[in-house]
Amino acid sequence: MSEKIKELPGTPLSEKDIIEKKVLFTEWHPEFMWAWDTGIGYGRYFAELKKGRIIGTRCNKCRRVLLPARYFCEWCFRPVDEWVYLEDTGTVNTFSIAYTDWLARRIKEPRIPALIEIDGSGGVGIMHVLDEVDPKEVKIGMRVKAVWEPEEEREGAITDIKYWKPLKEV
Amino acid sequence: MFPKVAIVGIGYTPFRPITPDVSFREMVFEAASKAYEDAGVHPQEDIDSFVTCQDDFEHGRSIWNMQTPDNLGAVLKPIHTNCGDGILGLIDAYMQIKSGLRSIVAVETHSKASNVINRNHLIAHATDPIYNKPLNINPYFIAGMEMNRYLLETGTTKEQCALVVSKNKTNALFNPLAAYGEKITPKEVLDSEEMFSPLKRLDMSPMADGGIVMVLASEEKAKALTDKPIWIRGLGWCSEAPSLETREWGEAIYAKLAGEMAYRIAGIKHPRKQIDFAEVDDTFSYKEPQHMEALKLCRRGEAGSMIEEGATQREGEFPTNVSGGSLGVGFLVEATGPQRVLEVVLQLRGEAGGRQLPDVKVGLAQSWRGIPYASGAVMILSKE
Ligand SMILES: [Zn+2]
Repeated sequence: MSEKIKELPGTPLSEKDIIEKKVLFTEWHPEFMWAWDTGIGYGRYFAELKKGRIIGTRCNKCRRVLLPARYFCEWCFRPVDEWVYLEDTGTVNTFSIAYTDWLARRIKEPRIPALIEIDGSGGVGIMHVLDEVDPKEVKIGMRVKAVWEPEEEREGAITDIKYWKPLKEV
Repeated sequence: MFPKVAIVGIGYTPFRPITPDVSFREMVFEAASKAYEDAGVHPQEDIDSFVTCQDDFEHGRSIWNMQTPDNLGAVLKPIHTNCGDGILGLIDAYMQIKSGLRSIVAVETHSKASNVINRNHLIAHATDPIYNKPLNINPYFIAGMEMNRYLLETGTTKEQCALVVSKNKTNALFNPLAAYGEKITPKEVLDSEEMFSPLKRLDMSPMADGGIVMVLASEEKAKALTDKPIWIRGLGWCSEAPSLETREWGEAIYAKLAGEMAYRIAGIKHPRKQIDFAEVDDTFSYKEPQHMEALKLCRRGEAGSMIEEGATQREGEFPTNVSGGSLGVGFLVEATGPQRVLEVVLQLRGEAGGRQLPDVKVGLAQSWRGIPYASGAVMILSKE
């Protein structure tokens, strides 16, 4: 703002003026709803999560296992060849420690999102969260294991796995 | 010299009211696989660039167009995205090839309209938040108002509009891809419920799901790839003022100007004589005659009688919406325009099966973005 302007013209607005609708005010509550078809790949993936299992698909051309399970390989652009069950153990590929919430307020117990390379997938991972671990102890390359919801509470969703915790290997 | 541009590959899934068996990814994969096979190309090895047309709200996710690379085999390849009808995507691909920048470009559009639970609210969200939305009326009233004004200005009748519905739904019976083929009389249309008067329930096209992928190529590549290239001869696009308060209601000026642009590029002086058939937007029954007039396929106010006389029937002198149009195929959101182009390509190739038109050489496809907007695009295609 130029220094020459000593007094700003106009009438300042306060939050109160808006709440009391002293200014032109319009409100709209859109009712947006979608119901996505999971289709062949994701449909089976979620059904298997409900059973407490992680399933992927294998492409025999590039030899990758695709996770979450897919019907086609996006690299080779061909249908996949087979379904493969995978372990519920893996390795942290990368992670972050989220110290702020949706409104950017500090949170005491940070969340730890991580990409977990599932054992047997050849390096393909799923997005999830870590818990039962001191944030300071989390490292790339750390071995982890899934903690599942009890069977009766699973609903065929990614949250059927509650979180991943450090795996103590013998 | 700027190269000529042809459509060398087409792929599509059948258009259906619901498609719970496949995800949108799997649907597009099917359409793309067929298009690449038809063109004889591999997406990673042969295609230089990709285009997709998608609207976030139609799909329920922000920056949705970024979902496209996987579904097209376009990972780590150049891709353009466009939030509009798919004919604009074809125009984008045309320009990339025409300029010499690319030789082979693939264009994708699809509809998963069945996954949208409350479509009225999506459309209302496109209207002005201060001027229009507070009136709080289901936004399809906009089509009712347009129809009212169009009928008044041109003398077109509701009965003539009902004939359009009857014709297009009957045409759809001969199109295995169409979702809403039906032997229906104009009287049944007129007897259907008042929705947004003068618009009745059967004047409105029902929604459908489906994917369409097309491969475009330069003249040199097209001749190497296929013995049945369909050439893009003309193209045009235009948007009216967006505000409901200031724009034209009775006449589709966007279509008129888009058509004039396409005719100029294609060197067409007498559209009705130089074009053999047309696929024009019929999202609502009255849009077909309104668009035919805007595209100068007849004089203003004459489309209704042209329809009455049977000229636009499959066997008529100027077949219009032989595919069944949106009324018979289903409204495909961004894939609506490409479905029209697809029909023109199939007809020109002679691959339209039971609805094949004899001796057709030049066809026109036109799209409208739909309510609440007055925006559209035109493409003229030919065998030679
Ligand atoms: Zn592969």
